[in-house]
Amino acid sequence: MKHLLSIADLTTEEITQILDTAVSMHEVQDRQVKKLPTLRGRTIINFFFEDSTRTRASFEIAGKWMSADTINLTGKGTSVSKGESLRDTVLTIDAMGVDMMIIRHPASGAPAQIADWTDCSIVNAGDGTHEHPSQALLDAYTLRRALGDLRGRHVAIVGDLTHSRVLRSNLLCLRALGAQVTLVAPPTLMPSGVGTWAAADGIETSYDLDAVLPTVDAVMMLRVQRERMSGGYFPTAREYAVTYGLTARRLGLLQDHAVIAHPGPMNRGLEISADAADAARSLVLDQVSAGVAVRMSILYHLLAGEGDAQ
Amino acid sequence: MSRTPALLVRGADLAGGGAGDVLVVDGTIRAVGTDAAADAPEGVQRLDADGLVLLPGLVDLHTHLREPGREDAETVETGSQAAAVGGFTAVLAMANTTPVTDTAEVAETVLDLGRRAGYVDVHPVGAVTKGLAGQELAELGLMARSRARVRVFSDDGRCVHDARLMRRALEYVKGFGGVVSQHAQDPRLADGAACCHEGELSGRLGLPGWPAVAEETIVARDVMLARHTGSRVHVAHVSTAGSVEVVRWAKAQGIAVTAEVTPHHLMLTEAELAGYDPTFKVNPPLRPAEDTQALREALADGTIDAVATDHAPHVRQDKEHAFADAAFGMLGLETALPVVSTVMVAEGLMSWADVARTMSSAPARIAGLRDQGQGLVPGAPANLTLVDPTRSHTVDRALSRSLSRNNPWHGRRLTGAVHLTMLRGQVTAREGLVWADPS
Ligand SMILES: [Zn+2]
Repeated sequence: MKHLLSIADLTTEEITQILDTAVSMHEVQDRQVKKLPTLRGRTIINFFFEDSTRTRASFEIAGKWMSADTINLTGKGTSVSKGESLRDTVLTIDAMGVDMMIIRHPASGAPAQIADWTDCSIVNAGDGTHEHPSQALLDAYTLRRALGDLRGRHVAIVGDLTHSRVLRSNLLCLRALGAQVTLVAPPTLMPSGVGTWAAADGIETSYDLDAVLPTVDAVMMLRVQRERMSGGYFPTAREYAVTYGLTARRLGLLQDHAVIAHPGPMNRGLEISADAADAARSLVLDQVSAGVAVRMSILYHLLAGEGDAQ
Repeated sequence: MSRTPALLVRGADLAGGGAGDVLVVDGTIRAVGTDAAADAPEGVQRLDADGLVLLPGLVDLHTHLREPGREDAETVETGSQAAAVGGFTAVLAMANTTPVTDTAEVAETVLDLGRRAGYVDVHPVGAVTKGLAGQELAELGLMARSRARVRVFSDDGRCVHDARLMRRALEYVKGFGGVVSQHAQDPRLADGAACCHEGELSGRLGLPGWPAVAEETIVARDVMLARHTGSRVHVAHVSTAGSVEVVRWAKAQGIAVTAEVTPHHLMLTEAELAGYDPTFKVNPPLRPAEDTQALREALADGTIDAVATDHAPHVRQDKEHAFADAAFGMLGLETALPVVSTVMVAEGLMSWADVARTMSSAPARIAGLRDQGQGLVPGAPANLTLVDPTRSHTVDRALSRSLSRNNPWHGRRLTGAVHLTMLRGQVTAREGLVWADPS
């Protein structure tokens, strides 16, 4: 494994390995001295062309706890506006001798292109509306801790599916782990052609959240941007919250063991009510805390190779 | 240019009509057929063309030459050389230059640059609206009456989406036999972020797409406006099966609509996008295989009149961005004939006579060119393209005459190669070299 560009590039076995290693990494988090020597002498660049405090901090802590030298670069508004190509920008950094670039970019596919241009290891930390593989792995990790083996478990993913990179990675990851997935959104927020590709991958789609909720083991609510209203994707925030939001009433439709996930940041009162976000069955904070462990595991598998994680 | 020597092309397949000779004297076809040699003057040069196909010089309705404004990507001279190497004797240079070709002065500048280069006839396309802004008509009549004799008007790169303005443009160009070439794309259905075909693949790749209907609704609207105004409308780079259906219907109604298809839409599909390579980012986008198939059939049956390259050179740094940020467009002049030969002729969908029709006579007729596309007939200007129909070659982008390298055919094997191009009796290109090259 050299890059982590898409969950599609991972076998089920590799996904499982990353999640299993993350369990031991998670234990490091509870130690007083949170330092492993594993990546000593390795240089990791967090190259973020788009803001993301949460993901960047999570990768940075993961790198530091494994003793790597981590450097943050923001590439916001770079290349295109400066007249320099993205390739030139990246090659300049690459020439400084880095081992890994963790790339967040507003354009889908940018990390894959960068991987073609450089020799260093590339991690996709979220690209446009394409994928966010480390998020999907930490979501799977969190769900696995709450529910056990995901094989045969039913997960609903609800919200702005069209514009969600979290969706695409989660779909691939959950399906690889044997979960059954139902996508719920208004037709305007279903990804283009989803009927064809979802069906081919054994995924169901629904416009009716009330009908789906009683059947799920987990419901993953995705952020809905209020700007979508001006794009005509739905009429009003109120209508969206009533039709597709995880309201207090809808909590009552869930089975007793069912859990709630949200990759954040949340729009409380739009896609998720405060009752749901703060419920005992909500995994929102577990997801954040799993983030560092899972990312340590990713760095380990990409940079340290096989062997003993400790 | 000096007077060209007399030339006798011997034994070529004359545009798919059987073997014969063609005698060229003083830049004009003097005689055609088995007894053409009898008229040959003393000391005539002979060109043995056994096994080669002789076509009337190719005409490209849709070329971006980038000059004035982006001479780092292409100049009229380098673009003309690429055109000659590709078998073209005339190209229509799109108006989206800097400044935009929206006045007689800019049109004449482009015309003169083409004449100075001398490799192909360069006919400027005039903008429909000032600055391509889609607000007010450009000086259509002054461009038509200029030395450049502009007959084709297009805001290409942008759609003339205001229906009333499109109506006025269609009405107005009737006054001088002009035609509006429309980049059909509803800007509300295909928003600014779109960068590929909207469908299953764009959904998976997370790329915002143009739905096919963004093109089809404009084509449908424009043919109704053409019917209403009794004017001619031309659909630039038609790319969807639905657009083809609309054009087919409109022609059956007797509406004066013509359409062109690019070589890349005939051969490449959206599947090329899986690796996010911006070389394949083009507008209109590469479509699914069903559309490609429909376009091939429509070109073969005459629903689509012409092949046009949409040659769109870009410098390296404008393509080496994330897919969404990279420039639209691909090179096409040098590979158009080989691509058509490979996907249409070698596949048995079209004859060489059909190639002569779709790549020479039809585009010349649509553009109102008097000196081009007249066929292999005595008295016609000797604008000729000699093709080796069986020669296969692997495209190497490094060998291009274009200043740019955004070549989607790089590394692909194509069957059929341009052997020689002649403009009014003067050889402009021969086996990839232009006449100025030391040989
Ligand atoms: Zn166009």
